[in-house]
Amino acid sequence: MAKKVRILVAKPGLDGHDRGAKVVARAFRDAGYEVIYTGLRQSAEQITTAAIQEDVDVVAMSLLSGAHATLMPRVIKMLKEQGAGDKLVIGGGVIPEEDIPELKAAGVAEVFTPGTPLKTIIEYVNSKF
Amino acid sequence: MELLEKAKAGNKPSIARLISIVEEGTPESAAVLREIYLETGGARLIGVTGPPGSGKSTLTDKLVKACRNKGKTVGVIAVDPTSPFTGGAILGDRIRMSGIALDEGVFIRSMGTRGSLGGVSKATHNAIKVLDYAGFDYIFIETVGVGQSEIDIVKTADSVIVVSVPGLGDDVQASKAGILEIGDIFVVNKSDRDGAERVVIELAQMLDLNPNKDIGWKPPIIKTVASRGDGVDELNDKVNEHYDYLLESDEITERRKIRLANEVMEVLMKHAETYVHSRLEEEEFTSKKLDKILSRELNPYDVVDEILEKTFK
Ligand SMILES: Nc1nc2c(ncn2[C@@H]2O[C@H](COP(=O)(O)OP(=O)(O)O)[C@@H](O)[C@H]2O)c(=O)[nH]1
Ligand SMILES: [Mg+2]
Repeated sequence: MAKKVRILVAKPGLDGHDRGAKVVARAFRDAGYEVIYTGLRQSAEQITTAAIQEDVDVVAMSLLSGAHATLMPRVIKMLKEQGAGDKLVIGGGVIPEEDIPELKAAGVAEVFTPGTPLKTIIEYVNSKF
Repeated sequence: MELLEKAKAGNKPSIARLISIVEEGTPESAAVLREIYLETGGARLIGVTGPPGSGKSTLTDKLVKACRNKGKTVGVIAVDPTSPFTGGAILGDRIRMSGIALDEGVFIRSMGTRGSLGGVSKATHNAIKVLDYAGFDYIFIETVGVGQSEIDIVKTADSVIVVSVPGLGDDVQASKAGILEIGDIFVVNKSDRDGAERVVIELAQMLDLNPNKDIGWKPPIIKTVASRGDGVDELNDKVNEHYDYLLESDEITERRKIRLANEVMEVLMKHAETYVHSRLEEEEFTSKKLDKILSRELNPYDVVDEILEKTFK
């Protein structure tokens, strides 16, 4: 039996709906992943805690507001501090092109902007396991 | 094993990793379980079961808070079904446990059923052992009360809470699949909705049919509105009363013995199966004999007897 890959799909930030995150969650389930879905308005602390306790391999964060610049690096920093820096962290949402290099420098493995086909995201994660 | 020491000291990533190991059931898993077993048995196990959406996670969130108020540490294992088609799952129980998610004294773990029937309960029991070993005082196990395997999981808990809700159809849902028999405490959640009283009455009538109803513990029925916290104190009192009853009557020993007998049997069967398979392969036994069964020179029953004799002599 191949190891099940576990992915946390989180919707941080204060904006009100999680349709995008849910679509991503379902796509990963349909691709055979075990998806931990934590709902709306997750803080960096909540995401980090969930990622650690659930022992996920991947943390996927979907953002609509401008919070990405600080939130994703914060999660990565906290994961490292708490001894769980080995997770693949990816991000998606409305993220300006010019912010992407900085996010990657902070440890975000890949950033998917709106319009990226789900297939591309899943193939990317597939390629890592 | 360094992971074990760290888990014992309460290191969360190590506990999480150990759960993954024992859930996968790899050879490493057997070593871990062997290593930790003698240091388990200290936790109180509470099962919560009921139909999807009945409010199990919301109730668990509130019950865990009550335990935390008494200074107890709590592990939670929430089991959700895996899709039989893709092998994937969406595990969403944490959504309703946001009230305890950041509590240092709480550890929540979501698990998929991952297809194989008996496998679910084995993986869950193994995960419970890791949390037990890590020193959590209470362990809550949430499962959807639909299949036999889910029932097998919760029925091994010290106390089993069965959750029903109004409006799910004419019959009390608990009457299905033998769930009535395993409940120590019955909850009618979503009592803010019409029909809660009727569910209470139906449950009471059904429990009344139990021929042993006058012996031992009498399962109470409690109305709750988990989302508001109504009735949760009463439920919590009943959980404690039930535990006191288990201790006083020493039924806890009986329960745990049954649980162990099942566990030993499960492990034995699993190992016996693996052993028989390996022997059969070695001897190419089956293919030769199969031909003879096919041509009706032999019958399967004699062949099985012969296999057993050869493998276990
Ligand atoms: N009206 C009402 N809704 C509730 C109550 N308890 C939980 N819910 C809601 O029911 C839904 C399912 O709850 P959840 O705890 O996830 O159920 P589970 O699938 O059994 O774990 C959520 O939207 C809860 O907010 C209740 O007592 N009354
Ligand atoms: Mg639930």
